Amino acid sequence: MEKSRPLWDNPLQFVFACISYAVGLGNVWRFPYLCQMYGGGGFLIPYIIMLIVEGMPLLYLELAVGQQMRQGSIGAWKIISPYLSGVGIASVVVSFFLSMYYNVINAWAFWYLFHSFQDPLPWASCPLNSNRTGYDEECAKTTSTQYFWYRKTLNISSSIEENGNIQWEQAVCLILAWLVVYLCILRGTESTGKVVYITASLPYFVLLIYLIRGLTLHGAVNGLIYMFTPKLEQLANPKAWINAATQIFFSLGLGFGSLIAFASYNEPNNNCERHAIIVSLINSTTSIFASIVTFSIYGFKATFNYESCINKVILMLTNVFDLEEGSLTADNLDSMKNYLTSTYPNEYAELLPQVKNCSLEAELDTAVQGTGLAFIVYSEAIKNMEVSQLYSVLYFIMLLTLGIGSMLGNTAAILTPLTDSKFLSIHLPKEVISGIVCFINCIVGLVFTLEAGNYWFDIFNDYAATLSLLLIVLVETIAVCYVYGLRRFEKDLHLMIGHKPNWYWKIMWAFASPVLIVSLFIFYLTDYIRTGTLQYQAWDATEGQLVTKDYPTYALAVIGLLVAASTMCIPLTALIIFIMKRLKRNVDAEPWVMHLP
Amino acid sequence: MLGVLLLAFSLVTIVHAELCRPDAQNAFKVRLSIKTALGDNAYSWDASEEYLFKAMVAFAMRRYSSKETTQLSNVLLCNMTERVSFWFVVTDSSRNVTTVPGSEVEAAIRMNRNRINGAFLLTDNTLQFLKISSTLSPPIEPNVPVWLIVFSVVAGLTVVGIAFLVVSGIWRRKKNNESVETEDLEDKYDTSVTIENGIPCDILDLKTGQINGVYTADDERFTPL
Repeated sequence: MEKSRPLWDNPLQFVFACISYAVGLGNVWRFPYLCQMYGGGGFLIPYIIMLIVEGMPLLYLELAVGQQMRQGSIGAWKIISPYLSGVGIASVVVSFFLSMYYNVINAWAFWYLFHSFQDPLPWASCPLNSNRTGYDEECAKTTSTQYFWYRKTLNISSSIEENGNIQWEQAVCLILAWLVVYLCILRGTESTGKVVYITASLPYFVLLIYLIRGLTLHGAVNGLIYMFTPKLEQLANPKAWINAATQIFFSLGLGFGSLIAFASYNEPNNNCERHAIIVSLINSTTSIFASIVTFSIYGFKATFNYESCINKVILMLTNVFDLEEGSLTADNLDSMKNYLTSTYPNEYAELLPQVKNCSLEAELDTAVQGTGLAFIVYSEAIKNMEVSQLYSVLYFIMLLTLGIGSMLGNTAAILTPLTDSKFLSIHLPKEVISGIVCFINCIVGLVFTLEAGNYWFDIFNDYAATLSLLLIVLVETIAVCYVYGLRRFEKDLHLMIGHKPNWYWKIMWAFASPVLIVSLFIFYLTDYIRTGTLQYQAWDATEGQLVTKDYPTYALAVIGLLVAASTMCIPLTALIIFIMKRLKRNVDAEPWVMHLP
Repeated sequence: MLGVLLLAFSLVTIVHAELCRPDAQNAFKVRLSIKTALGDNAYSWDASEEYLFKAMVAFAMRRYSSKETTQLSNVLLCNMTERVSFWFVVTDSSRNVTTVPGSEVEAAIRMNRNRINGAFLLTDNTLQFLKISSTLSPPIEPNVPVWLIVFSVVAGLTVVGIAFLVVSGIWRRKKNNESVETEDLEDKYDTSVTIENGIPCDILDLKTGQINGVYTADDERFTPL
């Protein structure tokens, strides 16, 4: 008798699992950046439109497919059409690449978390140089938080060619991150179902604390005003729309196979339509909520830096001209500058290059995204708060729960097809398969702990998933609508949830989403072709800042391989299945041929 | 007599003016930021504070060279500004009209920096001797880095959790196997002596079966139309 498929204990676990997977680091560090770049409050318009046109329909599609077929991604697409099992394989490959590099972020979060238990925080001040007469050279050129990230955490080399050694501290944190992930997925839905209660709810708890703290910080209002003043002229910029579409797409985690995997553990009559709407709405609301928090923190940091800049200028002028202490303040600075220019024109002229024009706008304009925002900007803001250790611990625990929640989805996307396949599940128990997958990922992930590891991380982050996912989701939509048949799919949904999907869903699935994805695809391709050679940001230790460099040929080859490995699965598998069927048909047909007179 | 005194006095003043002036040889500039350091408790800089400064520098020189020759009058201050900043030199009374070499003064100040700071309730940042770099105190480093301790705790808990789950999984599977085995054993016993309604089955002729008279007596199984 076939073993029954494990199920979620209740629908709430499924919803929490989807939320925990979809709400990830991208909501915290990419959406605020996009808001800032593309018109502040005005960015919400393309974002919400894309959510309605693209996000919700595609999410519903994936959940319905998983729940209907009750198999992981490979099995599900095989049922729809045997030629399309390549889509499932491509999903697994992309998920594999993703889980390889994504857990490195969790390792970094662990590193910062462990270092938050010190007073003062290690990134609060620069270390001293060898003869203790001043601060370390590299740190003096840049800020102490950047120094802690680039030197103490990553120990980054100056280019991707210089690989350096494995940093044992990072390697050990990576191993710990994989052990934690293994602990959560060890028992399948039994353990994952309990863990997602925490990974889905804890981030909101911490975000709420940060919201209250952030809004009461000095200067937070500056950041919020800056973010929310809509610059509607950005709506005319096509990049705003493209980035909104891309953000919705990747934020929901479509195409990785995780949603199909999660939905396959549902009861057959689960109302996945309602859940799809709930999950996508919660995901977008969390993005907006997180960007409010981020911008109040931004405003605080920008105001703090602006005021330090002004104080430095005041101190310098006071010292050079031997004015009485306290005679120069932020308010009378401009009038005093004029006075000094007229009274001591020569000395002031000499001083002019050093007198910086401090500008709050310039501070707010420094947009940062990705790991820079999470680890540099936030740690810089935290070190200036009171009780910084507490806020630091809370923040990095939040990053960890967000990251581990997403990792649960990633590993589910890989493991569900593997445990579904009869071949593997007969010979090996579930725990061993999970262990092997975690172990392989961990070993490969050690590449990212080299001194040049962060550059390889950026390669994976930028190229492993982007193009391939667009192609996968496009094929998925076309497969369901045109290969499987929209009417058949409607009937299945009617059986599952009790009513047919209304015209909105059907139009989106059949026309709007495919058209949108094709246009995104064309845009990305033309963008890649137009920019010619690909470049990356390297850290220059002597200057204390990032410089742009070209990728060497072997790195470009790796990028090509990454994209090809997943996209080629689709046509290759179709071809192989076609050939196998042909051969089988020839073998079967022969006895008949011989009987013909 | 008076004329000689006047001459001597003016000579001394001129000499002092020559010895102590901005950027003179062996002269150091001092800058105090009293309001920054003490806020409302700031004291005002007056002649008494200058006297204390001279005393502290003389004290530092005495400590450094351990010969009790530096007097208050050897320390010359000049160019007092509102900032509060000024220049000072230390003269050598054994050799007329010369100043103590800058390196000696620097070493003496460095050695006694804490005492000088303490006398004025200031710190290295707020009582600055330009050109004399201060030795910054390194942050306190515990023997075992704190992060390793927290790491070990978390890693230990995780490993214990994994071990517990794996072991309980194996134990559960073994129990399942045992109960399946005991079921198989019971089946075996059953098949060896299967009893049906008190009659051992091997006696029954299984090919023909047991005919129940109640039903076969009734030929008319279907009701006639």
